[in-house]
Parts: sequence; structure tokens; C-alpha cells
Amino acid sequence: MKPENITLISFGYFEKRFLGEIMYDVEREFRIPVVIQEGHLDLSEYFDPARRQYNGNLLLRDIDKQFASDQVKTLALFNIDLYIPILTFIFGQAFLNGRCGIVSAYRLYNERYGIKADERVFIDRLCKEVIHELGHAFGLIHCPNPTCVMRSSTYVEDIDQKSWSFCAKCKKELE
Amino acid sequence: MTKKISILVVDDERSVRDSLYNWFIEDGYHVDCAEDAKKALSILEAESFDIVLADIKMPGMDGLEMLKRIKTIRNDAIVIMMTAFATVETAVQALKDGAFDYVTKPFDPDDLSHLIRNASKQISLMEENEVLKDKVVSLENVEDLIGESEAMVQVLREVESVAQSNASVIITGESGTGKELVARAIHSNSPRRYFPLVSVHCGALSESLLESELFGHEKGAFTGAVYNRKGRFEMADNGTIFLDEIATISSKMQVELLRVLESKSFVRVGGNKEIKSDFRVICATNRDLKAMVDNGVFREDLYYRLNVVNINVPPLRERTEDIPLLVDYFIKKYCTTMNRPIMTVDPAALKRLEEFPFPGNIRELENMIERAIVVGNGKKITLKDLPIEKSEAMPAFESLDELEKHHVLQILNKYNWNISASAKALKVDRVTLYNKIKKYQLKQTK
Repeated sequence: MKPENITLISFGYFEKRFLGEIMYDVEREFRIPVVIQEGHLDLSEYFDPARRQYNGNLLLRDIDKQFASDQVKTLALFNIDLYIPILTFIFGQAFLNGRCGIVSAYRLYNERYGIKADERVFIDRLCKEVIHELGHAFGLIHCPNPTCVMRSSTYVEDIDQKSWSFCAKCKKELE
Repeated sequence: MTKKISILVVDDERSVRDSLYNWFIEDGYHVDCAEDAKKALSILEAESFDIVLADIKMPGMDGLEMLKRIKTIRNDAIVIMMTAFATVETAVQALKDGAFDYVTKPFDPDDLSHLIRNASKQISLMEENEVLKDKVVSLENVEDLIGESEAMVQVLREVESVAQSNASVIITGESGTGKELVARAIHSNSPRRYFPLVSVHCGALSESLLESELFGHEKGAFTGAVYNRKGRFEMADNGTIFLDEIATISSKMQVELLRVLESKSFVRVGGNKEIKSDFRVICATNRDLKAMVDNGVFREDLYYRLNVVNINVPPLRERTEDIPLLVDYFIKKYCTTMNRPIMTVDPAALKRLEEFPFPGNIRELENMIERAIVVGNGKKITLKDLPIEKSEAMPAFESLDELEKHHVLQILNKYNWNISASAKALKVDRVTLYNKIKKYQLKQTK
């Protein structure tokens, strides 16, 4: 069943023009109206002092419990360093064919890697990650096509290499 | 991805299981999880998984013990061990016990992707290897050993029973009967089939060349030895060496050969390093080796060392019922090679072939069919395509007496038993011819 809309919830501060651009790209790729909301959550519950990171599994679980619904696909945007117990970090994650996903902008900035800040590159990365995690929520798995947005990315360079649109095969599955 | 890779995650921590489950599901793998080694083993007994990703520290049975058990269930299973408490000792132990790799928790997403990609590559290589092995077996099957006659069925039975053992085999039979094919059939049905079958035609090489050929040589061992060269025994390591025309080797080589067969080690010509090689020996000869032993020409000890099993390949004239099958087989073989439509055989031509004694055995028949296809009309092999005259259809005799008897009878028949004419043709006097008729009890047939 096609959801009524895609809801992007920002937790923490994101510039409006960034969100506007993401909204435009997501709408273009999924052809579903996008709604932007602001969310509030006590993130200290998810903080692991030993790792100095936030537990992505718990966060995703609570986003699903508190913010998601069956009629819409929800994507929560954060600006914190996410991890899951087995991995050193994640850019984001979603329930496959589920109701929601999460994406963090934390590791998408050039500055984190000692490179000069580039707003254009950052927005592109964020858009791609949002579309990628929403793709999972719509039931898509990782795609071997190197330019498809559903290509698995474990480094920011991987994100830069892929486009922000679905390949023909993924597009067909999405439909 | 052609085949969906299946992964079993074994970890006592739920958060780890869930994380890995979600991660792999997004990658399109088939994933299942187990919270301890016991459950993992019961899952593995019921279902086969390509990759097992297991924690080392678990309550009850630990990961290393589980790894050993998994290897007893499926030796080729790819098991990746993970732990939060990495020590060199546990890593080494895990790898010694057959783990594919070892990772420390938490790991980089990229490391996990690489790890699974490498394991997937290994799986596809193993599968490819299996497919190729099957192809090799089908390529090297014994389809060239054609025959349904009792004599041939007996040979095939012997091949089958001897193939699985490591015993030395002597294949005897006339020239052209297919002794090398029998050797090939033994090798391709033996556990050594994935290793080389090295053939040496002993009769074609001089003593010194044969020595260098069999044992190899070191650079500078003799004039022209500009490189180190592996010998055939060395090349046949784990495989089979086929020594054709074994009866032709010199007594010096017989001694050398006996020593190598007993010790399975040798020294290259001009070298001083002992080289070990694990090979099986199959020999072939068209001579009577036992008689050669009795005459003191062939070493008795070598004979008994080689002659653990003897397979005698019957000559074609003793299995004429196989000739139609062989003719059919060679027609298909050569028509396909020459890219021609499959030809048929005229019944008269086939009858002539069945009557022909074939002193050169199957090799002669094969050449005859090849020639007939080349010179024939492209549709049917007829009598005129066969290079045999009716009078040539003479049996191959072993003794001179039998040959003489046959020839004298043939000449007598030719000259209608006119003694004078026959004696003149035979270039003997009439008394001698009468004596021959008496000796061989020849009679004129009406």
C-alpha cells in the first residue's frame, strides 16, 4: 500500500534550506508528498559513555514506537555520532520494509575528515543517505549498481560516488 | 549476486545479533541468528549456511569449541570468529582450527563488507571448483573404451576394481589394443584423478634420455642441460605415471626404476638432493614379461613389484562383436572433427571389417575409418573406401608354422592344387611342397 506521505522529522538544528532541498529530492524520487516536522527527544538515553556515541538500534526502535505510523514512512534526521553494537559507526539505518529509518549528518561533513568544508557536498551526501534509508523502508535492499542510490556505502567517498537516484531495477521494484 | 548467500549469526548478545541481522538483511543475504552454540549447531544440522559469524566468548560452549563441531558437520563451512577481547593466541587458535577469518568487535562497516565479500568470493570459488571437477571427470571418462563383448566387459570390470586402490598395474596386450586408454581409465576413476597422469613412452627414448626424462636433471648435468628440469616422476606427484613399453628399458634402468618404486624418492641427474614424490605406477607392454623374466632379460624383483595387478587387453580379432560399435564410434568422432554429416556404413563393408583380422588392432581400424571418411562420398562408407582386399583378410598368426600353413594353402588354392605351378610360385621343389602338405595335413576343399 502506498503511504500517504513521507515525514521527515529533524531532531536538532538543520537549516531550513537544507531541509527544503532534501524535501524536493525525496519527493522527486518517491513521487509521494513530503512533510517536514521538528521532533524532540532526550538523546542522553541513547548515549554510550564508553563509546561516546549514540546507539542507533535503540534510537530506531523508539522512533518507530513514538513517531511512526502505518500510513506514512518516517525518517528521523539527527546530528549525532550513531553506532550499532557490532560496528564502529553508521550513517543511518532503517527497518527493511518497515515504517521508519534514521540518518545522521554527523559523519557527512568534510570537516570531520580534515578536509575543507563544502556545503554542496554535504547536502548531496545527506540527500543520498535519506533517500537510501527510505529505500530500505520501502523494501529495497542494497544494489550492486555503482551509481544507484541503494548501493551500500561504508565511507563518505562511497556516498560521493553514487547518484541520488534509483537505478532502473530498483525503480521498478519500488513501483 | 547469482545465488543468495546465507549467513548464520551466533552471539549471546541480542543487540549484536539484531545489528548484524539488520545489516545483512539490507545487503540481501538470507540471515538467521542463534543465541548460543548449542542452538547454532542444531540449526546447522537442519539447514546448511554458507557463512557462520560466531562470537568466541559465549556462555556454555565457546566459539572455538563450536568451530570444531561445525567442521565435523560441514568441513567446508566458512566460519568467521568475532570477539570483543582480542588476543593473538585466540586468533591463532581460531585460524588453526579452520576459521576463515577473525575480527574484533566493534568493526568498521567497511571491514564487515570486505569480510563478507571475501567469504562470498571463496564460496563461489569452491562452487566453481566443484563444477570444474565434475567437468574434468566427464571429460576424462572412459568413453573411449568402447566394447560390449565379454572380454571387454571383463577389462572394464577390472579397471573399476583396481582404480580405487593404489596398486601397481601392468597392462598387457598387442600393439594398438588401447592399453593407454585403459591406463587413462584407471587414473580418471582413481582418487588421484585431479592430479596429473604423466605418460612416458620408454621405447622411444635412449637409456640416458630416459633417465633424464624420468628423474629430471640439474643445470649443467650434461651438455645441453642449460636449465634445471623436473622429471616425470616429480611431475606425477599425487598422480599417476604411465610407463609404456616397459619391456624395452635397459637393465640399468630396471635397477633404477626398482629403487624409485621402493623408496618413492630419487635424485635428479647431476643433482644430490633427494626428491620425494607420491605417484602410482601403471605400465604397459606388448611382450610376455614373464618369459623375459624366465630368460633373464627382465628383473624378477621389478616384475613382481610392477605386476601387482595384471590387465590383459584382448586383441580386436578376439572381440569382433565390438567392431560395429567401434566403427560407429570412429565415424562419429571423425565426422564431427572434420565437420561432416555423420556417415553410415554399407553392410558389405561392415562384414568385411568384421572378417578382417586387424593385426594393428583398434589403431588400424581407427585409421581405416578415418581414411574411408576422407576418401568416401560423404554419405556411406562402402567396400571401395576400405584399404583391404579380400585376400588380405588373413588372420594374424603368432607362430611361423601357422603362417606357413596358411600361405601354402592359399597358393595351392590359387593354382587350383596344381602342385608344379604352386611349387614354382613358392620357389620350392615339388617334394618339399608334398612334405608341407603332409606336415600340415592340407586338403583340397571342393
